[in-house]
Amino acid sequence: MSWFIVKRLASLVPILLGISIITFILLHLIPGDPAVAYLRLSNIPPTDVAVAELRLKLGLDNPLHIQYFEWLGKVIQLDLGMSYVSKNTVWDEILLHLIPTIQLTMTALFFIVVISLPIGVISAIYKGKWIDQFSRIIAYVSVSMPTFWFGFLVIFFLSVKLDLFPVLGRGTLAHLILPSLTLAFGYIGTYIRLLRASMLENLNEPFVVYAKARGLRQRQIISRHVLKKSILPVVTGLGMSFGNMLGGAVIVETIFAWPGMGQLFVSSILNQDYPMIQGCVLFMSVIFVICNLLVDVTYSFLDPRIRLEGGK
Amino acid sequence: MKLKIKMRRMLLKHKLMIISSIIILGMIGLALFASFLAPNDPNFVDIAQKLQGPSSQFPLGTDHLGRCILSRLIFGTQTSLGTAILVMGLMMFISIPLGIFAGFIGGKVDYLFMRICDTLMAFPSFLLSLALVGILGPGLFNLILAMVLVQWVYYARVIRGMVLGVKEQNFIVAAKVCGTPKFIIIMKHILPAIISQVVVLVFMDIGGVILAISSLSFLGLGIQPPEAEWGMMINDSKPFFRNYPSLMLYPGIMIFIVVIAFNLFGEALKDALDIKRVGGGVE
Repeated sequence: MSWFIVKRLASLVPILLGISIITFILLHLIPGDPAVAYLRLSNIPPTDVAVAELRLKLGLDNPLHIQYFEWLGKVIQLDLGMSYVSKNTVWDEILLHLIPTIQLTMTALFFIVVISLPIGVISAIYKGKWIDQFSRIIAYVSVSMPTFWFGFLVIFFLSVKLDLFPVLGRGTLAHLILPSLTLAFGYIGTYIRLLRASMLENLNEPFVVYAKARGLRQRQIISRHVLKKSILPVVTGLGMSFGNMLGGAVIVETIFAWPGMGQLFVSSILNQDYPMIQGCVLFMSVIFVICNLLVDVTYSFLDPRIRLEGGK
Repeated sequence: MKLKIKMRRMLLKHKLMIISSIIILGMIGLALFASFLAPNDPNFVDIAQKLQGPSSQFPLGTDHLGRCILSRLIFGTQTSLGTAILVMGLMMFISIPLGIFAGFIGGKVDYLFMRICDTLMAFPSFLLSLALVGILGPGLFNLILAMVLVQWVYYARVIRGMVLGVKEQNFIVAAKVCGTPKFIIIMKHILPAIISQVVVLVFMDIGGVILAISSLSFLGLGIQPPEAEWGMMINDSKPFFRNYPSLMLYPGIMIFIVVIAFNLFGEALKDALDIKRVGGGVE
């Protein structure tokens, strides 16, 4: 087991290096001289002297690979630079906005599981019946609905018309429901269908027939045997979706004025706050990679075949 | 009894395919003949006419700048659909040759290719596109560039998997044994063997591309005003939609209909061509 985790951790190193190289290059794609951009955003007139001084200070005259290693050295010490706009360090800003986004995505994850699990199971058991057809429709609608539009619809109908939920901002638990539901909605369909397909695959397995022969009740067979095995692809899927959910959070946070990383990211893009953009991408990608690692480890707990083969 | 259910489902699938292709063709028609179909100039600003209800001159009313909503929806088809098709086309232009090349050549080339894929796929794709647009600056050209640069890897990887699926089959091995040049094998044997899977992949994913483009436009990073685009129209409606929900409803309905039509069409196509899983499932 521990060998599996060590191996999986080692495989992270090249990926993290790759991520760092790409995020580093990202900042060098800025059209024009980064020093000029920096001065312009700091409201300092970009005179030749000022530009030359800043280039020296930022080390922009060094060869690219030296710049990269210097930058990487700082990043490892969590020094992601200063925000042009707030003049705080990028790291502080990220920490400040991290908690709301975690709240949002975790609640959304909760909604996805709580809603799609029962519907997926029921539509597999009653395959072809009306409930299955209904879940198919939900699936298509959820996948085809633009998140931002869905957000506006729930705001308009549930907050403005019916006045059930507070509209914007963050505070009470009620504030959390609409944004996380909006974020979850696009994934519910996918997971209903995924679980249904995986259940159907397993319902015809010999172990189900054997369980029936042993006289177990259907409810027991489903919950103890079939569901346990069918849930595996859902677990992997949720881990993969987490990265997309961070992307979705960008939109949801913009709509609901949710003060998380997504909003930080969008505002830094609109303000051309380049170190902030870079820091956000780097941070969220690392979170994504770590999540995938956690999923793999969880998976190996749930399915011993993986860790046994992986440990060889 | 079983057969009856099966037939009914096939007919339903058929119906869905017909309906979805009618919608898609209708949308393409709207895009092509926008200038004939739109009742007004979509970019004509008339503040005096702002936020009007439906009338004979403006069938769906006007927006906050007094522009005709219907005309903007119709012209929006051009940008939304056109951009999506362009992005998808460019991604295929990159990923089909690269995917085939990596899958067919194998060895070190393939290894390198896979490492590049791993790295690019370690990023949440929408975030990376977002960051690229942010760095390059908002605008339609940069949006297309950002999406293509980030997402081609997914398709290249899937196509590589398809190639691996057919590469070891007898007819390819036979062609190799006969001394057929690699290029001819690729063009005459491999490409035809995977092309239907690729087509299904394109149709199943283009809905997602439309959603991503409209999301970026919604954030104000896509096409710039005054050009009409559905996502941007919803963004424009932000300050007004509480009192004028139609500003936000119509463009959303357009996106939703187009995307669901493409998704249904892709699914139906997959069934019709009897493709179990797109990608061949070879890792």
